Amino acid sequence: MRYLVLLILLLAPFGILAREWEDLQVFGSSDRPPLRILSSTDTSFFAPIIEDFIAMSPNTSVEYFVTGTVELDQMFRAAPDQFDIVISSAMDLQLKLANDGFSSTVMNVDHPDWAQWHNSLFAFTSEPAAIVINRKAFDGLNIPGRRQDLIQLMRDHPDRFQGRVGTYDVRQSGLGYLFATQDARATETYWRLTEVMGRVGAKLYCCSGQMIDDLRSGDLIMAYNVLGSYAQAQAAISDDLMVILPSEFPTTMMRTILASAAAPDPQRADRFVRHLLKLQSVGDPAIFPLPPLAVSEDFQTQRTINLDPALMTYLDQMKREAFIREWEDAIVQVD
Amino acid sequence: MTANVIVSGSLRNRLAIILTGGAALLALVLYLVVRALAAQVAQQGQDNILSASMSSVLDTAVIRDGRVMLDFPYSSFSMLNTQADDRVFYAIYEGETLLSGYDWLVVPDDLAPENTLFETTTINGDHLRVATGSRVLIGSDGPRNVSVSIAQTQDALSNTLNGISRNVAFLGLGFFLMSSALAIWAASTTSGQMRRLTTSVTRRGPQDLSPVTKAVPSEMAPLVGSLNTFMSRLDHTLTQSEDFIAEAAHRIRTPLATVRSHAEATLQRVDREDNRKSLQAMVRAIDESSRTAGQLLDHAMVTFRAENLEMSQVDLVELLQELVLGMTPVAEMKDITITMKVEGPATLLGDAILLQNALRNLIDNALKYAPAETRLLVEVSRSPTLSVSVYDEGQGFAPDEIETLSGRFVRGKNMGNKVGSGLGLTIAQEVAVAHGGKLILSNRPEGGACVTLFF
Ligand SMILES: Nc1ncnc2c1ncn2[C@@H]1O[C@H](COP(=O)(O)OP(=O)(O)OP(=O)(O)O)[C@@H](O)[C@H]1O
Ligand SMILES: [Mg+2]
Repeated sequence: MRYLVLLILLLAPFGILAREWEDLQVFGSSDRPPLRILSSTDTSFFAPIIEDFIAMSPNTSVEYFVTGTVELDQMFRAAPDQFDIVISSAMDLQLKLANDGFSSTVMNVDHPDWAQWHNSLFAFTSEPAAIVINRKAFDGLNIPGRRQDLIQLMRDHPDRFQGRVGTYDVRQSGLGYLFATQDARATETYWRLTEVMGRVGAKLYCCSGQMIDDLRSGDLIMAYNVLGSYAQAQAAISDDLMVILPSEFPTTMMRTILASAAAPDPQRADRFVRHLLKLQSVGDPAIFPLPPLAVSEDFQTQRTINLDPALMTYLDQMKREAFIREWEDAIVQVD
Repeated sequence: MTANVIVSGSLRNRLAIILTGGAALLALVLYLVVRALAAQVAQQGQDNILSASMSSVLDTAVIRDGRVMLDFPYSSFSMLNTQADDRVFYAIYEGETLLSGYDWLVVPDDLAPENTLFETTTINGDHLRVATGSRVLIGSDGPRNVSVSIAQTQDALSNTLNGISRNVAFLGLGFFLMSSALAIWAASTTSGQMRRLTTSVTRRGPQDLSPVTKAVPSEMAPLVGSLNTFMSRLDHTLTQSEDFIAEAAHRIRTPLATVRSHAEATLQRVDREDNRKSLQAMVRAIDESSRTAGQLLDHAMVTFRAENLEMSQVDLVELLQELVLGMTPVAEMKDITITMKVEGPATLLGDAILLQNALRNLIDNALKYAPAETRLLVEVSRSPTLSVSVYDEGQGFAPDEIETLSGRFVRGKNMGNKVGSGLGLTIAQEVAVAHGGKLILSNRPEGGACVTLFF
């Protein structure tokens, strides 16, 4: 259910040049300039939230731009005054934006301390990375519970998995890179898994959505590090899909929001952030369809990625180069 | 008393101001010193972490395939996590070339290898603390210099400092308040000593010139010492002059008595009228002088005894009865009847000799200034206070003189040719005052004088 919408935007007066968006939707109408949200989250998850915001503040329109986490970061850095709000699943890129002074502070928000950074970056979801399998294609195989099981399965049945395993291309996807680096940091198994996936000719994806599409169509039998929230939404519709959270630890990401320091209307941006955080805390799934923040007990077992400056470690040029080189060595089979 | 003393400032206030001022100054110094120390300690803490982070990055520097590589651990930055979510910046240089990190973070020139340099800079309004270190790697093509700077904002630090400052401010304020209370207490106890001395001196009777015997603090000893010497000198002088008067009166009276007896004898023998007249005038003048001398002697005695009264329970009624009995012969000569009216027993703690002297003067006046064949009433009354009144049926006091008659040597217009010195009422008044009472002169509505001694 994912469209790649090609939109030529006539936004020259605002400095946004014509470019390709994954999606762009306008909500509400107003004689005032719209609130511009730059996001990596599918519109379907955010539409009720935005509509609720518009209902609360009349004469407001919202433009919702969707793009990948890496382009999103680059675009926002290039033109921070063109957007009011930035929402992304790449916690590391978001934290670096806040660290580099691109975000404005939203003071005195009733929000857990571990889910905010520097009063300017706020986490509002807890979304684990999951193993998703196509139940039909998996017929006769043991359902894997841990990463180790996955390695074993692929080693035992290389023919069944050949060319039918998917994972993020960490070179393209900010979120994929975040999941990979956090996995690598936590366990050595990650590298063995990557190597095995490389051996069975894993397909590399930019986004969770496409991986899920290919799983449903049966092109993929298994995908690793798929965004659990998207997969769960699809699994609810399709019986074929099965979402497995690795039992040793699911790497859990928190989606974050920040208000641009150069926002054209800072008060409105501030209001939107507060509104979103309030909806998160209420947690009505009709208005807030995203998985809300984990309560603090699950926090450790879920291995949620911490919002702290260490997230910038793997964004370091040298570290990134080294990591990608190692990853390529493991997954890209040159034979 | 203080009316004619030139007052300049107050010792207590001066002391209190100096002490509280000193306390305020000390509190301020305490605040500043503790704050500065806290700032130093807090900065030291941040520096230690920055330095640890910096060296953990620098330690990973290796040359691989001819390139300098730093594969620093996750903990390098995670150790920089603070309560206030301080922002972190870093730069890794090889010589002058930026390998990675923020290019605006430049390595200082004066950096010695194997040394950590700390700096505080302000960039875009943020106060940054920067720790920089460097290392020399020996590659195949010679030595290569790698330097790492780690910078962090100081929000957590200033939060800590603000917290400490607030606490230290409370401490300083508490210290100040306590010292102030102490200062005020010290000042008032010090001045309290003075006040106690002042009251003990003020409370004395006008005649009391005895030395201050109460213990005083050593600082006040010289003052009290000179006060005591001064008073004893004064006392000595007074006693001397009283003695002198008594002596003088006595010395005059004796020869006067001799002169008088000679004049009387001569008067018997002289027949010529004008000679008799001048002799009579002479006798009168002698009487006058001798009366004056007697009264002077009494007055001196009263003044002297008033200083240290010989107190005893005096029965006024008995005393008056004796007096009246003693004066009856004089009264009978003038056909004056003396009546006593007493409400009951009346005793008084006082000096009997002085009281007798005063009352005698009053009865003496009544007998002297009232005409013959009149009545004299001596009344002892106990309410509102104990008092003795002497009423006569004479012409009374002239209203315009009534205020001044009790002055020394003052006699009224009505004195006629009666012998007197003008000291009688003075003596009565001084005795009254010495007993804490007063003397009131008035005229009776039906005519006659009324003199009352109130105690
Ligand atoms: N009972 C009285 N009636 C009228 N006048 C009086 C009476 N007592 C005193 N005075 C007046 O008051 C004056 C002062 O009296 P005071 O007793 O002091 O002196 P003095 O009687 O004149 O002399 P002395 O010292 O010998 O008594 C008298 O001179 C007299 O004028
Ligand atoms: Mg008299």
